Amino acid sequence: MTMRTQVTPLESPTGVAVVARNVQRTFNGRDVLRDVNLTVEADQFVALLGRSGTGKSTLLRILGGLDPEYEGQVLVPERRAVVFQEARLVPWLRVLSNVLLGLGSRGENRATLRDRGLEALDEVGLAQHAQDWPLTLSGGEAQRVALARALVREPQLMLLDEPFGALDALTRIKMHALLQRLCARHHPAVLLVTHDVDEAILLADRIVVLVDGAIAFDAEVDIAKPRNRGDASFLALRSRLLGELGVNESAPTPPVPSPHLVRPGSAVLTVPAQSFDSLPNDFDNKEIFQ
Amino acid sequence: MSLLKLAPPDLDDDVAVSSIVLTPPTTRGRRQRRFRVPRLVRRIVGPLAVIILWQVVCSAGVFTSYEVASPLAVFDAGRQLAEQGVLLPNLLISLRRVAEGLGLGIAIGVVLAVLSGLFRIGEDLLDPVVQAARAVPILGLVPLAIIWFGVGEMPKIFLIALGSTFAIYINTFAGIRGVDTKLVEAGETFGLDRWGLVRKIILPGALPNFLIGLRLALVGSWLIVIVAEEINAQSGLGYLIMQAQTTDRTDIMMMGLAIYAILGLLADAMVRLLERRLLTWRRGFSGA
Ligand SMILES: Nc1ncnc2c1ncn2[C@@H]1O[C@H](COP(=O)(O)OP(=O)(O)OP(=O)(O)O)[C@@H](O)[C@H]1O
Ligand SMILES: [Mg+2]
Repeated sequence: MTMRTQVTPLESPTGVAVVARNVQRTFNGRDVLRDVNLTVEADQFVALLGRSGTGKSTLLRILGGLDPEYEGQVLVPERRAVVFQEARLVPWLRVLSNVLLGLGSRGENRATLRDRGLEALDEVGLAQHAQDWPLTLSGGEAQRVALARALVREPQLMLLDEPFGALDALTRIKMHALLQRLCARHHPAVLLVTHDVDEAILLADRIVVLVDGAIAFDAEVDIAKPRNRGDASFLALRSRLLGELGVNESAPTPPVPSPHLVRPGSAVLTVPAQSFDSLPNDFDNKEIFQ
Repeated sequence: MSLLKLAPPDLDDDVAVSSIVLTPPTTRGRRQRRFRVPRLVRRIVGPLAVIILWQVVCSAGVFTSYEVASPLAVFDAGRQLAEQGVLLPNLLISLRRVAEGLGLGIAIGVVLAVLSGLFRIGEDLLDPVVQAARAVPILGLVPLAIIWFGVGEMPKIFLIALGSTFAIYINTFAGIRGVDTKLVEAGETFGLDRWGLVRKIILPGALPNFLIGLRLALVGSWLIVIVAEEINAQSGLGYLIMQAQTTDRTDIMMMGLAIYAILGLLADAMVRLLERRLLTWRRGFSGA
């Protein structure tokens, strides 16, 4: 109802799933998003990278209609679904009811809905858990239910906020495969927020990097799928992206699976070349590398 | 910086190296495979022991029968009153008062809690009033209640309702405010409207707290019904107890109290059952 008025349904530009123009978001006088411009095409898989605290979740919440207090222009499709880092299943609703949460009100036949829910659960391999309580699921299973809950809405836009961040490396590999399969079948537009550069390169058609409240890097990934972490082009893009994120990759390529990016405080900071001339004379390198 | 000192391993030490004592990680909960005494039986053992001890003390002549009646005497008094057709009607009247007062108290408490839990304006308007009213000792209201409602059923029901409503209000309110905002947000994104959110997320989320309130309210309402009946009534268990006092019948007085105790136990069992049925989704620790 009223919560959704800020996000207007997408009008004409066909083949486009997200339009964001000059988006700004300020928290307590601090500009978290300064000027974000982003257009996502209808079946594009976009990965959004950025250091912790740069406003990735903030942007995603704006696109998902969860945060009305932004400035600028945002257009998204009406059918969209969010998967959060934690599964956010409602503990007192059984798995199937969680999948169907909020769908009943559109006057659809209950039996039809139920079948659709079971089908979605089947797609993530959890049909036999339909009547279980969410608290009895493992972390990976819960996240798959969250994925089913998003899918059953046949979203034109899927917003994924580090959906695999809390999962172990093995489960994550399986989830990547599952997500790719599901996207190939349903082809929604996807915006995947992640810390994991490898994950972004493996899955995305296009990668954008958020730095200081604006998009600083935006490129399509032209590596043929299935992608391999060992390929030269993979590694090249990887270190390019790490560079964009301000991480100096001096060590040789770490083994698979790659580690997450470090928190901003412990990352090695580099000063962009053009700003050297504005530094004070007594500037001491040590301060910045502290 | 200190250099590492290297030395050959002490050959006498190698026995100590291998002598780590191994134990199973936990022994808790592993005995359960053996025979288990049913829950109900285990819960009855405690009260039963108290009654037996009480009987033993009385039989040993520690107290006079005027001071403390023995369990057998209490039982006998109950039987006599029942045979005279006095016990059941009075018991039913008390039960009815509690049921009506409690029903009213729950309804009011829930409505107020929902209003101030869901709406900031509701909280600002209602909460201070409720908090202030809560601070008034309810038994101090007895004379006023008689002035306002006369001597019939109304003052009793009013007092019981008042006595139970605060526990319901406070706990339900805390429950509503304690509902995980992340779940509310998830509900919003998946298309629940305001009413859907309340029905599917907020109220079920507040249910565990509501049940805690219900327990307290039950205790409170029994407390108040007996006082109300002792002060001002021509019927009910409290009235029987007062009557017994004027005739020095300790056995009847204690019988009345015993019935309260039994009813309290039953009420608690009822709430437990309710909890078990309504909160099956919780997989929390429920005792070893
Ligand atoms: N509701 C809020 N009130 C105040 N500050 C907020 C709020 N939400 C986010 N912020 C601030 O905005 C900044 C960006 O937060 P956001 O959650 O978008 O970061 P992020 O890029 O998703 O980080 P991470 O990768 O760690 O999840 C943070 O500094 C955070 O403190
Ligand atoms: Mg985030």
